[in-house]
Amino acid sequence: MTATEPRTDEATKVTGTRLLRKEDPALLTGEGRYTDDLQIPGALHMSVVRSPFAHARITSIDTADALASPGVVAVYTGADLADLWADQMPMAWQVTEDMHNPPHFPVTQDTARYVGDAVAVVLAESSVAARDAVDLVDVDYDPLPAVVDLEAALTDEVVIHESAGTNKAYTWDLEIDEAAVAKAFDEAAHTVTGHFVQQRLLPMPMEPRAVACVPEPFGGGLTLYSATQIPHILKVMTAVTLGMSEADIRVVAPSVGGGFGSKLEVYAEEMLCTALAHKLRRPVRWLEERSENAQATIHGRGQIQEIDLAADADGKVTGVRVRLLADMGAYLQLITPGIPLLGSFLYCGVYDIPAFSFTCTGVFTTMTPTDAYRGAGRPEATYAIERGMDLLAREVGVDPAEIRRRNYITHDQFPYTAVTGLEYDSGNHESAAQIALDMAGYDDLRAEQAKRREEGGTRHLGIGMSSYFEMCGLAPSRVLASLNYSAGGWESATVRMMPTGKVQVVSGATPHGQGHETSWSMIVADKLGVSPDDVEVLHSDTNTSPHGMDTYGSRSLPVGGVAVALACDQVIDKAKQIAAHQMEASADDLELSGGVFTVRGSPDKEMPMAAVAFEAFTAHDLPDGVEPNLTAQVTYDPPNFSWPFGTHVCAVEVDEETGAVEVRDYVAVDDCGTQINPMIVEGQVHGGIVQGLAQALFEEAVYDADGNLQAGSLAEYLVPAAPDVPPMRLGHSVTPSPTNSLGVKGVGEAGTIGAASTVINAVVDALSHKGVTEMRMPASPLHVWEALQAARGGDGEGLTAEGATDTAGADRDAPSDSLQADQGGAS
Amino acid sequence: MLVTVTVNGVERSADVEPRLLLVHLLREVLGLTGTNVGCDTTSCGACTVHLDGQSVKSCTVLAVQADGSSVTTIEGMAHDGEMHPMQQAFMENHGLQCGYCTPGMVMAASALISEVEAEGRTLDEAAVREGLEGNLCRCTGYQNIVSAVLACARGELGDGTGVQVRDRQEVPA
Ligand code: FES
Ligand code: FES
Repeated sequence: MTATEPRTDEATKVTGTRLLRKEDPALLTGEGRYTDDLQIPGALHMSVVRSPFAHARITSIDTADALASPGVVAVYTGADLADLWADQMPMAWQVTEDMHNPPHFPVTQDTARYVGDAVAVVLAESSVAARDAVDLVDVDYDPLPAVVDLEAALTDEVVIHESAGTNKAYTWDLEIDEAAVAKAFDEAAHTVTGHFVQQRLLPMPMEPRAVACVPEPFGGGLTLYSATQIPHILKVMTAVTLGMSEADIRVVAPSVGGGFGSKLEVYAEEMLCTALAHKLRRPVRWLEERSENAQATIHGRGQIQEIDLAADADGKVTGVRVRLLADMGAYLQLITPGIPLLGSFLYCGVYDIPAFSFTCTGVFTTMTPTDAYRGAGRPEATYAIERGMDLLAREVGVDPAEIRRRNYITHDQFPYTAVTGLEYDSGNHESAAQIALDMAGYDDLRAEQAKRREEGGTRHLGIGMSSYFEMCGLAPSRVLASLNYSAGGWESATVRMMPTGKVQVVSGATPHGQGHETSWSMIVADKLGVSPDDVEVLHSDTNTSPHGMDTYGSRSLPVGGVAVALACDQVIDKAKQIAAHQMEASADDLELSGGVFTVRGSPDKEMPMAAVAFEAFTAHDLPDGVEPNLTAQVTYDPPNFSWPFGTHVCAVEVDEETGAVEVRDYVAVDDCGTQINPMIVEGQVHGGIVQGLAQALFEEAVYDADGNLQAGSLAEYLVPAAPDVPPMRLGHSVTPSPTNSLGVKGVGEAGTIGAASTVINAVVDALSHKGVTEMRMPASPLHVWEALQAARGGDGEGLTAEGATDTAGADRDAPSDSLQADQGGAS
Repeated sequence: MLVTVTVNGVERSADVEPRLLLVHLLREVLGLTGTNVGCDTTSCGACTVHLDGQSVKSCTVLAVQADGSSVTTIEGMAHDGEMHPMQQAFMENHGLQCGYCTPGMVMAASALISEVEAEGRTLDEAAVREGLEGNLCRCTGYQNIVSAVLACARGELGDGTGVQVRDRQEVPA
């Protein structure tokens, strides 16, 4: 056995460098193993029969033809499967005592409640046979009225769940000091109100969901492979739903092709594959089609927001009041009801606001369930306050940058206890904003805008900015408890230095593109003085990593990464005792640098960590009471959230004649504390910005009045392609988090949180001299035209919901054509 | 129906249903799962391969249409333990995150460069963006993908990253 060469030079510190990703060679050469790539001999293929109606009573199901179809092994209805469930589908967030959590089973029994609701499943020897047989299942439906409008749903004219008796799922208040809010509004010199719609979005990871469940050859155990963000949570929930022992279920998430929150979920198909593999003792697999992904994978956003701001004569905000209607969709998924609550803490944004009230009503509709989507409540909140600040700037008559300057929580106010009761650990908003404004050439842009307005013309320049806070590192378990969330927010890590000096890390965080293996290796490399290549990271398999809380909410680094660092510290402590014993020195005199222990005052004595690891392995001569091997396991529960922040600025050109919006420049300054790998940070920000920008300009899950999803495939739903998005320019500041030893904060959602409000502020700004104050997202040519019409005193009447649908779903090459068609129809 | 296709330099034959798509021939019959499926509407480009040197969406080609042709998949791009320059460029420029769109992106981008070179044009940023319009990526925001393709086109690659990859020219049985 030979020890690997320790890195002895401090200059070789790897954290903070743009180390290329360890994950990449496999993914680049086709060696990535996504769930559907697994070769599973003898597997049955499952296909799901889905309701074509948004709301319908199922009067009968005839499965005879499907069963007789070649290759078909079984067809099951909801009633056939009822005995398989020990509990209904999991829901982990009972936000209020009286919240309705209606019955929800993997296959519905008598009523379909959204288009795509599962009504039967087919098992066949091939995927083609299963899909063919789906069309032969003969279901008789008695259609009931659909409800796709939140206000209409609240009238309870049509009740979606008889057991609840109402479409109101819950009303949740963040009760602080109602009197203080009332006083702020009574005494305000200025008040503004914003009405905003957070349109439904489709998360659309490029890999559709995929599941395969394989019975173990011995015993009653099963391995569930799933394209999931949450193998650990899924394992517990599967055991509960199926009434199985946790010990009999192993969950593995192989390579996962993106999630964005939509794979932070326990899905019917995962329960079905597992239950049926268990029942039949045969492997069962399922692959989602893209159109199913649109219908049956959770949607994001879906809120109607009303926000009031009160301010004094200088535009200093004195109070904020928020009322939300949140679209739950047809059922409560894993954390559906909690998403608006996560946002509730960020409606005061980055501003020093003394009085705040928040109330939210969750509403059932006959649409696909909603749940976490990149940012989960926080982009929505940031949008409302940042659009609100622009409205206030206009009302007070100052520049949007100036109104923000007057309201920022200043650097010297940190740590800052917000009116919501949360403590913001650190921030430097004025500085981040200034960097962003300078990078964008803000003053020059304003000058250009003034000049162009003077000259007239129909192509207008708009400048938008948005400052944000992100609440990362979900979460201190006690805070989650206070919100009635039924799990903790800790993360687990094990670090083992092997006899060869190589290091094995076991992490409970479960990546799906974020590069955890690289980042964790970098943290370990600097702590233990090994090469990042000598670090192996195990994750995403509940057998090798039994404890974990998985990956969502930008928690991996500030919770999981910190756990890795703390485990390294424990390994070092133990190694120090062993090294001291071997070198006959006092542990207090030992120093570790570049992976080598030296003794203060005895320059000839040194011992590399790897040699200590070997001694710990042979255990021939360890100090009394010290166990063999260098292993440490840490479960880290953060004392606070971490608080990344930043300011984004963009310049857009809006063509009044075509309604086309072009983003000319996009600048983002993000502060996520210490950066472990700046290259990965930038990649996360780029991707995040484009998802926010896409909400602002392109994407919407449009439903018609009958509850049919109009944008149900990638042909109709405008996920931006390369020509649709601008190059982005990134800057950053570094304000280390005082909450954890690495100073890290998290960055996965930052871009998305900042982007939608930045872009829409710019679009509104471009048309503000035309009287436009509002812009419905996405700012499609139709919505731009409607906003201009409304500003001119027209109301855009004659445009039907279908007109809106057509434009939202228009070919990305021809937005102006479809607008002209609509205009033709309207005039 | 019997189809014979040369895949990554190796001739393969299979008896297939007439409706079988090329992507399923590659993935399910030949076991080459590097080519991914992201949609059912020819919209995402995840399944892009080279068919007789041209980039095609393999979910849009019937296996029987490929009879007698030569197909290159992502598994055939690396040679002698070295990544193809486009693969290396993606790695060096962080042009991938989850990696699901990546095989299709690499195939589309490498074909784009050959095409542009054949026409005697030079690639600029706008041309790369237009050229990759049919390939969607949800993770990267495209910026680093565009950088990767430009770096590859301009020969601006590192001195090899020292990354050895397994040679996958041999099609698994
Ligand atoms: S799978 Fe072929 S284009 Fe999407
Ligand atoms: S890297 Fe994830 S879809 Fe492109």
